[in-house]
Amino acid sequence: MAFQILLNMFLGFTWMFLTASYEPIAFLKGYFFGLLIIFAFRRFFPSRFYLLRVFAIISLILLFLKELVLSNVAVVKSVLKPKLDMKPGIFALPTVLERDWEITTLANLITLTPGTLVIDVSDDKKILYVHAMDIEDANEAIDSIKNTFEKAILEVSK
Amino acid sequence: MIEIANILIVVFLLIGAFLSLVAAFGVIRLPDVYTRNHAASKSATLGVMCILIGALLYFYFIDGYFNPRIILGIVFIFLTSPVAGHLIGRAAYNSGVKLWDQSVRDDYKEVSEKKKKLAEKGNR
Repeated sequence: MAFQILLNMFLGFTWMFLTASYEPIAFLKGYFFGLLIIFAFRRFFPSRFYLLRVFAIISLILLFLKELVLSNVAVVKSVLKPKLDMKPGIFALPTVLERDWEITTLANLITLTPGTLVIDVSDDKKILYVHAMDIEDANEAIDSIKNTFEKAILEVSK
Repeated sequence: MIEIANILIVVFLLIGAFLSLVAAFGVIRLPDVYTRNHAASKSATLGVMCILIGALLYFYFIDGYFNPRIILGIVFIFLTSPVAGHLIGRAAYNSGVKLWDQSVRDDYKEVSEKKKKLAEKGNR
């Protein structure tokens, strides 16, 4: 991905030199044409077309913000409830992610999810131990974490 | 335009203050370290973020002054507070703080006991 961005910048500068106008707008024009060129030659790169990954990162950030708001609503609800009737507990969450930054991102996402907080990551990085405010729907929570967060992170690292 | 900005600023500041208040209530009211950690690490994050966004909008719309440091502050809080919550929870568990007695399930117990035994062996 970094290589493709660098190449795109290089094409932008080449465009500036070709047209002999050294303004930001010329660079942007060149960057756009470079983008088209890289898209046309995408099958020569080992990784996929980098704009897709940029979109995946943006959607991951939006997911982060959405989860932050939802988790706050959940916390407000359970704090202001007149009776404390939640059932906290710790459950194990197996993960398929392997690289360190993926696991860190997943842990941060889980911590910002409604009612869950990561306590520890096992030594072989295969299991996350998650403290949940309401354990009753733990299996459901595992499923939804797997479906949304892991997928979004895998989409970035693919 | 200024009217809309004013309303937005007020809304952000009020939501931020309200969430901080709820976080404080949660720390007082919830039963054990871990559930308190939930309240502190989530509500306080969004509360401070909302207050910072309100300040950013205020200085931008009223004074015409754009302050990028506030944005950096928002990003740093967003990135660091979940990690802080995780570390506090982990440190509490590893130093033997008990879960609330109405807790239902503890998958982590065996693993942490095993770890403790290993650490004791290492010390000898």
